[in-house]
Amino acid sequence: MVDHNYHIKTDVCVIGAGHAGCEAALACARLGFQTVIFTMNVDSIAMMPCNPHIGGSSKGHLVREIDALGGEMGKNIDKTFIQSKMLNKSKGPAVHSLRTQADKAEYSKAMRQVLQHQENLTIRMGEVVDILTEEVAGEGECKRKVTGVRLFNGTIYECKAVVIATGTYLNARCLVGEAITETGPSGMQRSTYLRDALERIGIHTRRFKTGTPARMDGRSLDYSKMTIQRGDEVVTPFSYSTDPATVQIDQVPCYLTYTNEETHEIIRENLDRSPIYAGIIEGTGPRYCPSIEDKVVKFAEKTRHQVFVEPEGRGTTEMYIDGMSTSMPDDVQQRMYRTVPGLEHCVIVRNAYAIEYDCINANSLKLSLETRQVGGLFCAGQFCGSSGYEEAACQGLMAGINVAQKLRGRDPLILKRSESYIGVLIDDLVSKDNREPYRMMTSRAEYRLLLRQDNADLRLRKYGFEVGLITKEQYDRVLYKEKVIQEETTRLKAIRVGAAAENQAYLRSIGSTELKTAVSLAELLSRPEMTYENLRGIDPDHCPVTDPEIAEEVEINIKYEGYIERQKKQVEQFNRLEGKKIPADIDYDDVTSLRLEARQKLKELRPASIGQASRMSGVTPADVAVLLIYLDKQRAERKA
Amino acid sequence: MALTFDTLRNDTIAAIATGITESGIGIIRISGPAAFAVGDRLCRSQEGEHIFSHWKPGTIHYCRIVDPTAKREGKEMVIDEAMVSVMKAPHSYTTEDTVEINVHGGVYLMNRVLELCLQNGCRMAEPGEFTKRAFLGGRIDLSRAEAVMDLIQSDNEFSRKTALAQLEGSVSGEVKNLRQAILYEIAFIESALDDPENYSLDGYPEKLRKKCIGLIDRLDRILQFSESGRVLKEGIRTVIVGKPNAGKSSLMNFLSGTDRAIVTDVAGTTRDTLEEKIRLGDVILDVTDTAGIRETDDVVEKIGVERAKKAAEQADLILYLVDTSTGISEEDRDIFKLLRERISAGTRCIILLNKTDLPSQTSREDIAEMFRYLTPVAPQTDKTRVVNYKRAEMIPISLRTGEGMEEFRSKILQMFRTGDLVSRNEVFLSGLRQRTEACAARDSLQLVVQSIDQGMSEDFFSIDLMNAYTALGRIIGEAVEDDLVEEIFSKFCLGK
Repeated sequence: MVDHNYHIKTDVCVIGAGHAGCEAALACARLGFQTVIFTMNVDSIAMMPCNPHIGGSSKGHLVREIDALGGEMGKNIDKTFIQSKMLNKSKGPAVHSLRTQADKAEYSKAMRQVLQHQENLTIRMGEVVDILTEEVAGEGECKRKVTGVRLFNGTIYECKAVVIATGTYLNARCLVGEAITETGPSGMQRSTYLRDALERIGIHTRRFKTGTPARMDGRSLDYSKMTIQRGDEVVTPFSYSTDPATVQIDQVPCYLTYTNEETHEIIRENLDRSPIYAGIIEGTGPRYCPSIEDKVVKFAEKTRHQVFVEPEGRGTTEMYIDGMSTSMPDDVQQRMYRTVPGLEHCVIVRNAYAIEYDCINANSLKLSLETRQVGGLFCAGQFCGSSGYEEAACQGLMAGINVAQKLRGRDPLILKRSESYIGVLIDDLVSKDNREPYRMMTSRAEYRLLLRQDNADLRLRKYGFEVGLITKEQYDRVLYKEKVIQEETTRLKAIRVGAAAENQAYLRSIGSTELKTAVSLAELLSRPEMTYENLRGIDPDHCPVTDPEIAEEVEINIKYEGYIERQKKQVEQFNRLEGKKIPADIDYDDVTSLRLEARQKLKELRPASIGQASRMSGVTPADVAVLLIYLDKQRAERKA
Repeated sequence: MALTFDTLRNDTIAAIATGITESGIGIIRISGPAAFAVGDRLCRSQEGEHIFSHWKPGTIHYCRIVDPTAKREGKEMVIDEAMVSVMKAPHSYTTEDTVEINVHGGVYLMNRVLELCLQNGCRMAEPGEFTKRAFLGGRIDLSRAEAVMDLIQSDNEFSRKTALAQLEGSVSGEVKNLRQAILYEIAFIESALDDPENYSLDGYPEKLRKKCIGLIDRLDRILQFSESGRVLKEGIRTVIVGKPNAGKSSLMNFLSGTDRAIVTDVAGTTRDTLEEKIRLGDVILDVTDTAGIRETDDVVEKIGVERAKKAAEQADLILYLVDTSTGISEEDRDIFKLLRERISAGTRCIILLNKTDLPSQTSREDIAEMFRYLTPVAPQTDKTRVVNYKRAEMIPISLRTGEGMEEFRSKILQMFRTGDLVSRNEVFLSGLRQRTEACAARDSLQLVVQSIDQGMSEDFFSIDLMNAYTALGRIIGEAVEDDLVEEIFSKFCLGK
């Protein structure tokens, strides 16, 4: 490492220009702070080193929420997708989820352009090797604050806040069977010095692993043996700012094929050559993204597994072999892929590989994503133990927002579990015991009926506006939308229609049943077969709402009213506990009746509220009751 | 979310405020904004009129407690006569509106009244909750807050342990099976929603509907089983003793309705203890049939005899079979010694004078005399002896003809209903709590069926399935936390 005395002053340093780093840097710069974003290679900004999707079940929700708050991911994918599909369309509105295939190169290029044209933002290539801190006076857990970062070339950037978003680059190694390289994803240079620097300031790392399948030359594949998979006829954009007309493009198809017993036999015969089963891999891998060897071993009764063959972009012939990630050596990869119908003559361009990397246990973070040990030091993305582009991006955005909040002397923006998937994700990462890379799932959200992808703007725009990432004009549109939804819902409940002959005839004509007595339009709409659109023929006012987005909200409000009400009640209960804040200076040793395990856990994680404490593993309801009484007692004593 | 402790005092709670013992009077305390409304629902004058609203705060009244939902010939069913005191906020222990119902002792009655409170708008009080409310209301000074915290912690540990202790029975196994079945369905739905291209939900609602109906049936059976409010207990531990060939195995077979034990006319056929769960009405007996108690040189049988003595020591109820066709022998005297010990320790005993169909060599009076003769061995007062004597009921029967068996059966039921017969294993509070949860689980499953019938999509099912799963989890004290995620990953192959 070089040491000289060249200093550059800025407000914020963001380490890493992946999906988390980009959102963090953009948020800080847009909120008026001089920001430098460091990357190992400018050509890898917003790179998608694994699958070519943005969105998917529950991940689509995250992208919508990022957009509602003023992040970039949704806009960027709207510009660069090559196929789009609304998943679970036949299911309830809570689980509709948008998933797109991205043109990887275009996605990366478009994001780079956004960064390059962003005021207050500088892109800087170089490896950050040290985090500079100084001691701060006063008591409490946080004894240091961040003052800057040092690059490998010796230059020091002085700053007030740092966001670490190193993704999978920290001490990464890639494994293709016995062939192990000390590189980051796709052969990119890894970062090696930062781990020791973090240890020096008391931030400990652990080892996680993930993997990716092979990329093949599309010209070598026989698509006639696969099932074609097309996108939606009418595409819904991710971003609330995107004009839906601009996303009705010519889409590129994907293909579906299957593994078979022959494939599985080759895998079973060579298990001893898979680094995972040979014990070479130390890191903990994600169960939701199993390698094909994991699938074959764990689900031995399944005779086939799905394989999706997906384009990496319009400008390349490379195809992504979704469903067959592996760390087998090349010869096994060649043989195993060739047993799959359509891949008999495949030519591998890039091998499948497993990657191991350093990350932190997010239990050491506050809900604002700031470290508890060092003031002004924030973390985001895969470095926090998550997995996936969307999970990374939303953390980056929240870290960026909270850096800005801190520098402006405002309270951090903490989204609740009851109002966003982002809130669920960050709360899970920070409060729960996570032993593998964390992926978002709809089943992790307790109140998902309220957290729909269609109402992300209604839920979160106000925060984006308060923070300053959403304009007055954008926010006014949400307020207007809210008002119309309210009025139209009330109107539908008030207007009644009777069993007149023309009404009965109309209902019959649209395949519904006749009325026995007069009912409100709302009651009629709550019939499963009725939609707001076909209510028009019976509504004396002919359904005045024409904006399909608003009509959708009205329809959902009425159709699922009972369920929504039940869920709202649960949220009320939940919010009572969330609202009970635990003072930051609480001394858990003074709470005598706590069980030892709970006391240790509470001291370690220092939850911000009773609600957060109640979700921690190792804390029982009785411990929570004890804590509540203790807090009441403290309050009473202070008053006295 | 695992948390059940409601921090806000906006609901009304009830619990048995005195210990659950055989004391003369038991108090059921109701506290909270709806306390008076609950009182009004349950209290009646001698004439059956609503009377509660006429009572002034700070007074105590004699009345009848009724079950307003159970009518007999148009009249509400009277549960007990009681003294009821009325306290208006803030002049009560908890500083809330409070009603205290003093009923006659007896565990069954106390629980019956508590159950009525729960059915009529109360929630079961959490451990230490009255005291906590008293504290929050400023009734207790700060120095006592620590004690409250300790209380909650220890009560929680206690109830967790007792809940676990109860788990050995078959019902807990059933609850676990039910939970597992529900969790599997949720995990399947979630997997299909998460990875719709891999798992299809086509035709699934019909399948789930059938499964839900099956689950509801099974829950109903558990609930029926626990009509008396005594759920998930191990049953009354019952031991059959008697000298060889007195008919113990025949009694066992009679009770269980099977040829479970080997019955021969050769004395000493049963060489070890046999155990059986037997249901009599709403009572479950865990019956142990013992080898005959007699001095023996046979090694195998000797071990059996020791076990029989041990089993008697742990029993809640001892059934002593006397063979009246033979005279009282040394063996009978040994059994009397054992019985006397157990009866003094509080164990209930029924003496069955078997073989009334044969000429009698031993009469009722002989047995009574035996007890009188044996009892004074230990220095006891006459009064104690009378009480002890009363605890041994005598019923003449014939296992061969069935004579007297109906009387025997109804005697056990009566002893149970009056709270005269109590299992040492029972924890009535959790029994009621568990019952409430089982009902909640059943209701949630019914909502699932309703959603299916209304043609809702699958993601709506999992909301109520999860509620059912959570409620059942509270019965056996298991937290939900990350079960679902674990189940999804272990049962379904997710991810690309």
